[in-house]
Amino acid sequence: MEQKSATPQNTPTVIEINDLRIAFGDFEVLKGASLNLYKGENLVVLGKSGTGKSVLIKIISGLLKADSGLVKVLGNTVDDISYKELLKLRLRIGFSFQNSALYDSMTIRENLEFPLVRNRRELKKQQINVAVEEVLDAVGLSQTINQMPAELSGGQRKRIGIARTLILKPEIMLYDEPTAGLDPITCFEINNLINQVQQQYKTSSIIITHDLTCAKEVGNRVAMLLDGKFDRQGTFDAIFSQPDAQIKPFYDYNFIQ
Amino acid sequence: MRHKTPNLQATSPPNKPLGWFLRMFITLYDVYRFTIRFFKEGFLPPYEGKELIKQCYNIGLKTLPLISVTGFITGIVFTKQSRPSLAEFGAQSWLPSLVGIALLRTLAPLLTALISAGKVGSSIGAELGSMRVTEQIDAMEVSATNPFKFLVTTRVLATTITLPILTFYTAFIGLLGALLNVTVSENTSYKIFFESALEQITFLDITASTIKAVLFGFTISMVGCYQGYNSLKGTEGVGKAANSAVVIGMFLVFIEEVITVQFFALFRT
Repeated sequence: MEQKSATPQNTPTVIEINDLRIAFGDFEVLKGASLNLYKGENLVVLGKSGTGKSVLIKIISGLLKADSGLVKVLGNTVDDISYKELLKLRLRIGFSFQNSALYDSMTIRENLEFPLVRNRRELKKQQINVAVEEVLDAVGLSQTINQMPAELSGGQRKRIGIARTLILKPEIMLYDEPTAGLDPITCFEINNLINQVQQQYKTSSIIITHDLTCAKEVGNRVAMLLDGKFDRQGTFDAIFSQPDAQIKPFYDYNFIQ
Repeated sequence: MRHKTPNLQATSPPNKPLGWFLRMFITLYDVYRFTIRFFKEGFLPPYEGKELIKQCYNIGLKTLPLISVTGFITGIVFTKQSRPSLAEFGAQSWLPSLVGIALLRTLAPLLTALISAGKVGSSIGAELGSMRVTEQIDAMEVSATNPFKFLVTTRVLATTITLPILTFYTAFIGLLGALLNVTVSENTSYKIFFESALEQITFLDITASTIKAVLFGFTISMVGCYQGYNSLKGTEGVGKAANSAVVIGMFLVFIEEVITVQFFALFRT
């Protein structure tokens, strides 16, 4: 298993997060988190369950509102823009959900067509078909086009979820636990797919995970979310080579060792 | 309009004696905003015509068998139960008129609404609730689609459109049930029966029933959508959404029935 190259210096920023705070009732999840995503990189956000990793990407995509702090995505401050502008911004962001979130009542074709039909109304049926076949081909699941989501395995559902976001050709990809609950071989395939998406679609991505194999295989950079803040950021080796009482257990309990 | 998924956990009022009242007012305000959003967004492009037709089919056609059976049985039973009282005064010949008026003015709209609240309201609540829990609604949001327009507007419009049609269908099927009973008991011809049944029905009756059906349809679907769309707490939340959609929907239908009856009574001399 090889570690990916680090993000080159002086790369432009596509997401800028500064002093982000959010609490649910009395429980403060993010306590002044600051993070940048640079153009073309895969940034892996590591952290234990319940530390606010998924909350972070939901704030980035405008699904949740932070209590305070700045979130700037592709030059737009997410909190300051109108709903219409937010929808426009979301066209440039792909979001792959932990449980795939495929539309149960629709076939795979309808799932993939859904965002395209509603956001590119000028497209003809034939162009939509070509786009659907192209993304299905990219995730290697062309044969599932007329199946229902319930007929697919967990790994296939993840791939279709990614394909559905790719159909709008986003500039940023947000992956929420892409390998959670999958067997090692399927995890390997999903990791390859994330790398393939980065190269083929020239995306900048945030990958939320607690799977260190995934982090090492796909991440140009890793950010550890500890106690609501990103205190440690850098390449995988740089972070895990240091003796750190907070990070060591995370490493020790992962099968990578 | 700025839209954000409500952070209900964060905005929940503290658990104090006044908490219940506060929660109730917050819910009422949420329902108000939800309804206003429907009127704001429901009639503006882009339109979801295909989904609207699909929902009309789901809501209308799939409720038809249940409504047919219930309407038919109601017609038979109502006629049978009314006969002895009229017979006491030798007014059996008024039976078709009585059944016609009762069915069209109250029984058909109410019966259709209650069955729809059970079948349509619960199904909308459960469907949207499970979509919320499995993040399918969030998935629509992040794919730059307005899920409110696709899910809520279409369902509310479809129910509001189909319920008046179903109401008149129920009234007709109920009259067929009554005809069967009258034919068997008194050997009345269908021509005399229908002439007599429709004789007393006025334009006001038809208008009132249509308005009631529209109101019931809107209420049932709106409650179902609100409960499902704002469903929380996993699978338990889905069950609660479906259950609340039926209970609240039926409760509001009865309240609306009382109000509309009083209102239209003002126009009857």
